Amino acid sequence: MFELRKVEKNFPNVRALKAIDFEIRRGEIVGLVGENGAGKSTLMKVIYGAYQHDGGEVLIDGKAVRFENPRQAMQKGIGMVFQEQSLIPNLSVMENIFLGFEQQFVKLGVVNWKKMAAAARYQLAKVKLDIDPKTITSKLSFAQRQLVELAKVLTLEERVDGELVILLDEPTSVLAKEEVELLFKLVRELRSRAAFIFVSHRLDEVLELADRIYVMKDGEVVDHVSSAEASAENIQHKMVGRDISKEYYREEKQLAYDADRVLVELEKATLPGHYQDISFQLHAGEVLALVGTEGSGREAILRTIFGLQKLVLGTVTIKGCKVESFSAEAGVASGVGYIPRERKIEGIVGGMNVYENITLSQMSHYSRFGFLRIGDEKATARDWISKLSIKASSELADCGNLSGGNQQKVVLAKWRSGGSDIILLDHPTRGLDIGAKEDVYEMVRAMNADGVGIILIADTLEEAIGLSHTILVIKDGAIQKRFEGSPGAKPSLFDLVHYMI
Amino acid sequence: MSNLASRGDLQRWAPLLVLVALIVFFTLVNPNFLSLKNFARISISATPPLMVAIGATFIIIMGSIDLSMEGSVAVCAVIFATLFTALGGTLGGWGWVALPACLIVGAICGLVTGTVHVGLRIPSFMASLSMGFVGIGLSLMMTGGDRIRVEDPLFRSLLTQRFLGFPLMVHVAFAVLLAAWFIQRKTTLGRNFYAVGGGEELAHASGLNVRRVRIAGFALAGVFYAFGALFAVAQLGIAETATGYNFMFVSITSIVVGGTALWGGSGGVWNTLVGVLIVNVINNGMIVMGLPRYVQDGVLGLLVIIAVVLSTDRKSLAFVK
Repeated sequence: MFELRKVEKNFPNVRALKAIDFEIRRGEIVGLVGENGAGKSTLMKVIYGAYQHDGGEVLIDGKAVRFENPRQAMQKGIGMVFQEQSLIPNLSVMENIFLGFEQQFVKLGVVNWKKMAAAARYQLAKVKLDIDPKTITSKLSFAQRQLVELAKVLTLEERVDGELVILLDEPTSVLAKEEVELLFKLVRELRSRAAFIFVSHRLDEVLELADRIYVMKDGEVVDHVSSAEASAENIQHKMVGRDISKEYYREEKQLAYDADRVLVELEKATLPGHYQDISFQLHAGEVLALVGTEGSGREAILRTIFGLQKLVLGTVTIKGCKVESFSAEAGVASGVGYIPRERKIEGIVGGMNVYENITLSQMSHYSRFGFLRIGDEKATARDWISKLSIKASSELADCGNLSGGNQQKVVLAKWRSGGSDIILLDHPTRGLDIGAKEDVYEMVRAMNADGVGIILIADTLEEAIGLSHTILVIKDGAIQKRFEGSPGAKPSLFDLVHYMI
Repeated sequence: MSNLASRGDLQRWAPLLVLVALIVFFTLVNPNFLSLKNFARISISATPPLMVAIGATFIIIMGSIDLSMEGSVAVCAVIFATLFTALGGTLGGWGWVALPACLIVGAICGLVTGTVHVGLRIPSFMASLSMGFVGIGLSLMMTGGDRIRVEDPLFRSLLTQRFLGFPLMVHVAFAVLLAAWFIQRKTTLGRNFYAVGGGEELAHASGLNVRRVRIAGFALAGVFYAFGALFAVAQLGIAETATGYNFMFVSITSIVVGGTALWGGSGGVWNTLVGVLIVNVINNGMIVMGLPRYVQDGVLGLLVIIAVVLSTDRKSLAFVK
C-alpha cells in the first residue's frame, strides 16, 4: 500500500539516498536498521514529508504522491512518533493530541473543552493509557508521553480515509525494559489499525518486533530480509561491511603513545543517569576513542572531564591532580580543550573574527591588567592560519562566514595555541567534506606527535578504529570492552558492533 | 557575493547615512538648522544621554538589558549634589572629592543590579527594572522630594565655558567616549562582552567566567550612568529625583537606532554615538520646524520600530521561532 521506488535524495556534495526501494503492506511492522549516518533519518524524513525526494517515486496504493510538508503526509495517513518527544510540555495532554486540529471542537471561536476531553479519552483508550486528558504533559513519565504521542498520531485514523503508516523513531531509547515490553505488545495489537515502520539501534528489539527488516548503509538499502530468516550476525555484517582505507586515516603516522605519562585518569567515575563505574587512562600521544550508540553516555564523560558536569562518585585526575572543583575555567586552566559537536553553537562565536575566536580561551596570555595586546593576538592568528592552512581572507575575517572545515580548524587553533595538551573531540568531522576530514586526521596525528592526548567520539566506527590507539566500547553508560588498536592489528567493525548493540 | 557584501555594508553604514540624510533634510526645511550654534545646542542636549547610552550599550552587547538607568542617575545626582554641598560646594575646595565619589556610587548601583541579576538568576530585564525603581525611591528618600542646587561656577563651567564653540562638557564627554571605545576594543572585559553576547555557551565552554563578566558589565555601565548624572547636573544646576527621568527611553532608543542588535554580540559605542545624535537631531529638528512636543514623542517611538526592522535580517528570522 505504501511504496518507495528508486527514491533519491541529494544534498550539496552528498547523495543521501541512492535508489531506495521500500515497501510496507497493510498491518505490517517493518524494521529499519543502519549505523549513524547510514541514511535512516533522511529516509524517514522523506516518508513523513519533512524532506522532498529528488528522484524516483513515492506511491500510495499505486498512485504517485508528493508531500510538501509533514501535514500533507499526515493527511495521507502517514504519522511520525518522534524520538525526541514533540509534545509541548506546558500544554495539557488533550491539547497536545489535537494540536493544530482544534477546529473540530470550536464553535463561534470558543473551544468546547468537554468535547475535546471526551475525544482525547477515546484516543488514549486506543493506547491503553488511563490518564486524565487535562493532565499537564510535563507531569507524565517518559513512557506515558510516548504513548500520548502515539495516540496523537492515531487520531489520523478518524481523520484520514485509507490506511495509516506510523513511523516509530527509536521509541525504546528512553524506556525501561518492562515499558518496552508493554509498548511492543501494544504495537502488535495496533496492527489492525496501522502499519508500522520501526527504527532502532537495538537489533534484538527490531528482530523481535518486525516482520521484515531493511538494512541501510551509505544511503542504500543493502539488505532486505524477513525476521524469521534473519540472524543478528548477518545483519551486523551488512550494516558495517566495508573496507577501511588505512591511508585515509593516516595509520602510517600512528606512533606508539607514551605509557609513562598519564594525562587523564578516571576511576570508578559515576554520574547517575549518564554513566557508571568508568575507569580509564589517557596517555600523552594517545587517541582514545569512545564508541557507542547515541545516548550511551559518551558525551557526558567528555563534559565531565572538561568540567561542565560535576562527578557524583569516583575521581577524575588530570596530570596527577585530582579534580576537586568542576568548572570549565578549571578545565581550561589544566590544559583541557573541548571541541564540541555543534560548532555553530559551542565552537566559534559567529560575528567575532578569526583572531578573536582563537584567543578567546586564553585572553590572559594576551593581556596585562586587562588590556589586550592585539598585535600579539593577530600574530598568533596569522601563525596558525598558515600552520593549519585555514582558508580565511585574513585574521580579521568573520568566523561565521568560514566553511565548516575551516571553522573546525579555528577551534583547533584556539586550543592548540593556548597550549592545551588534552583535547576532547566530539564528532570533529561531522558535516565536513572528504578533503576537510583528511585535514582533521592530519591534525590529530600532528597533535599526537607533539604529545597531546586525545579523547575522540568519532563520527563513524571506521573513523574511531582508524584513528585510535585504544577503543572503549560503551553501552548504557558502562564500558563493555576495551580494544587495543595498534596499526595493522586493529579490531574490525564487527568486533565493535557486537558489544555496542 | 558582491551583492551580499554591499548589503552588509549598507546595514553597517545605514545609521550614519540616516544621520546625514536627517541633517540635510532639516537644513533644507530651515537653513538655520545648519549652524555651529545649533550644533552646540544639539551636542549639549545629547551629552548626558550619550553617557547613559554608552553604559547600556555594553549591557546590550552582552545580550542582556539594563533598565535601571533612571534610578541610578537619580541616586548618583542626588548623592553627588549632597556631598558636593557638604564639602564646601565648590570644586576649588574639597568639593572635587564628590566627582570620583559619584562615579563610585554609580559602580556600586550597577554592581548591586548585576549581582541581583546573576546571583538570584533573575532575568536582567526584571532585575534592572526593579533596581531602577529602588533607586528612584532611594533618591526621593534622600531629598524628600526637594531640589538640591549646585551653583558652583567652576562646576557649571562645564556648561558655560566654551572651547572651539562647544561647551567643555561636550569635550569631556568625547574623552569619555574614547575611553569607552578603548574598553570595547582593547580590554579583556570588552572582548568578553562580545563573546558572551555572541555565544554565551561557547564563552562558558572556553573557560570564561560568564557570571563575573555580567556583573562587571553592570558595574561598568553604572560608572557611565554616573557620568550622565554629572553632566545632567552641570546642565541644569539642579539635582533631584527627576534628573533621571526620560533617560531609559532615550538611551535604549539611541542604542537600537544606532544599529546595536538587542540580542547582543554586535554594535558598539560608535553606533551608540550615531544613534544618540540621530535622536537628538530629530528632536532638535522638530523644534526648529515648530512641531509640538507630542508629535516628537510619537516620531521617536516609530523610529525604534523602523530601526529594528532595518537592522534585522528577516531572512534568517523565518527559521527562528
